[in-house]
Amino acid sequence: MSSNMIVGYIFITVGAIFDFFGCMGLVRLPNIYNRLQAATKCVTLGTIFILAGTAIVTADPAISIKAGLCAVFVLITSPTGAHALARGAYLSGVKLWEKSVVDKFKERAEEIKSQRGEAR
Amino acid sequence: MRKITLMIFSFVIWFLLVWPFDPVTGKLGLQSVIAGVVVAILVGLLFGDKIARELPLSRVFSRIFWLLVYVPMVLWYVVIANLDVVYRVVHPDMPIHPGIVKVKTTLKNPAGRTMLANSITLTPGTLTVDIVDEYLYVHWINVQAEDVEGATKKIVSKFEGMLRRIFE
Repeated sequence: MSSNMIVGYIFITVGAIFDFFGCMGLVRLPNIYNRLQAATKCVTLGTIFILAGTAIVTADPAISIKAGLCAVFVLITSPTGAHALARGAYLSGVKLWEKSVVDKFKERAEEIKSQRGEAR
Repeated sequence: MRKITLMIFSFVIWFLLVWPFDPVTGKLGLQSVIAGVVVAILVGLLFGDKIARELPLSRVFSRIFWLLVYVPMVLWYVVIANLDVVYRVVHPDMPIHPGIVKVKTTLKNPAGRTMLANSITLTPGTLTVDIVDEYLYVHWINVQAEDVEGATKKIVSKFEGMLRRIFE
């Protein structure tokens, strides 16, 4: 086994471990907002590690370039998807966790809802 | 000019995606290149005036330089964020104090604000929910400051200086 394969497999293993903890967060954390935190962060980094590992293992420019592009797109789209999910969840009435300490978004959500009511 | 920039940019992305054009011979496949040129020209004509304003070339280089500094910094925060989440998830008592706080940004440029929101989402314990003008609503898994100033200092200030150099 050549050295680049060993390094690549280490990267893939680390990525898989982060993905695993992300999934564990999805199961253990109390509600959608906290779960999104685990989902976006761990899965983004895990995926980037796995892509980097793939690029290192194959050592093929065609695959490495595509892996790099995928990493960039994941970095841009994953947080954007999380914003959309969190905002949509709040506006469709998902409450924050009962032990949450502060909620500054409430007024803004009321405002958006009333605007939507007028539009209809 | 912006249209041509976008055409070249989209063609380069296409070029990288279809690399090495023909997997069997490794030669440049004429079909892929023609398709790429046609699509790049269409994209450039349609969306050329939607992308950011034109800048003098020296500004462009300084922006690219700061972007190259910014990306490793964000990746570092992403790693920290992951260790933070792993700690909270694995800890038997789940030490979380979630809440939504409001923070204020001084960035004016929409692209800069988008980048800031994305960076906030990727960094420890925070998730941007909405942007209204200069205020961002951030879901924070471990609230340390409930007022606007305190939260801004904790969440936004580490990115703002860098982003201002890139986008403004």
